[in-house]
Amino acid sequence: MTARWEELSPGATCPERQIGPLTRTDFVRYQGASGDMNPVHHDEVFARAAGYEAPLGVGMFHAGVMATWATDWLGPENVRRFKVRWKEPVWPGDVLTITGLVANRTEKDGERRVEVEIVCTRQTGGVAAQATAVFVVPRSS
Amino acid sequence: MADEQAVGAVGEPFEMDVEGGKIREFAKATLSSNAAYMAGEHPVSPPTFLTTTFFWEERAPGSNPWHLVHLDPKRGMHAEQEYVFHGPPPRAGTRLVCRSRIESVFHKDGRRGGKLTFAVMVTEFRDATTGMLVAEARMTGVETAKPPEGQP
Repeated sequence: MTARWEELSPGATCPERQIGPLTRTDFVRYQGASGDMNPVHHDEVFARAAGYEAPLGVGMFHAGVMATWATDWLGPENVRRFKVRWKEPVWPGDVLTITGLVANRTEKDGERRVEVEIVCTRQTGGVAAQATAVFVVPRSS
Repeated sequence: MADEQAVGAVGEPFEMDVEGGKIREFAKATLSSNAAYMAGEHPVSPPTFLTTTFFWEERAPGSNPWHLVHLDPKRGMHAEQEYVFHGPPPRAGTRLVCRSRIESVFHKDGRRGGKLTFAVMVTEFRDATTGMLVAEARMTGVETAKPPEGQP
């Protein structure tokens, strides 16, 4: 069930989602699916040689989970924009919490749209990534 | 040091087939169990699915102009990524024609000192049958003045 227009006033939210502790398997499964096989995200030897203590989390992996959270709320067919900015790295063992709320909503030429702000926070309290998404809200919903 | 002369460089167009099995795999990898990604013959693709151009651009030499920017890979990071859809995201069964171009290269002073260099590449996705613009991806890469900190 996707959210209805009446429920989507500014400040409206939906339950947070927690994922993790993240594993190397999460990174590898995402990399295989996406086609980005950069070894810094799964090859311990390569990551150490690059100056990291462990494989670096894949930014597009948790961005994808942020998008999953948003499409579960507002409907996969309804997304019109998704923009993510990474703030700090993520590591194996991290527990990430995804939260978000309606920042704005508009009705123009009969089309209803909501703008949603999404935050991905590490267990340290550090913000791993922030995203903005725009969804249309169909009349029937 | 980034090459500002790369601005305006355009890659060769390449085709990408949006496939149901790939959508299912990608949805699972991004921890989705949404039925919309699994249902029927023509499921819609997830918001960040167009990143799977990795599998298609390599078949077309010269399709990806990103290397012309020459960001140092040791100091380079993916800073920002945006997808814009001019309707529902493409469904399985859609053939897209994709074309990338370097939109800008610019500099900013970093918060912790040092100069940051940003580069932006835009990829347009058109329906191969109708020619209509379906989506755009905008990737921003950054080169820091020193390698990022590596403490988990």
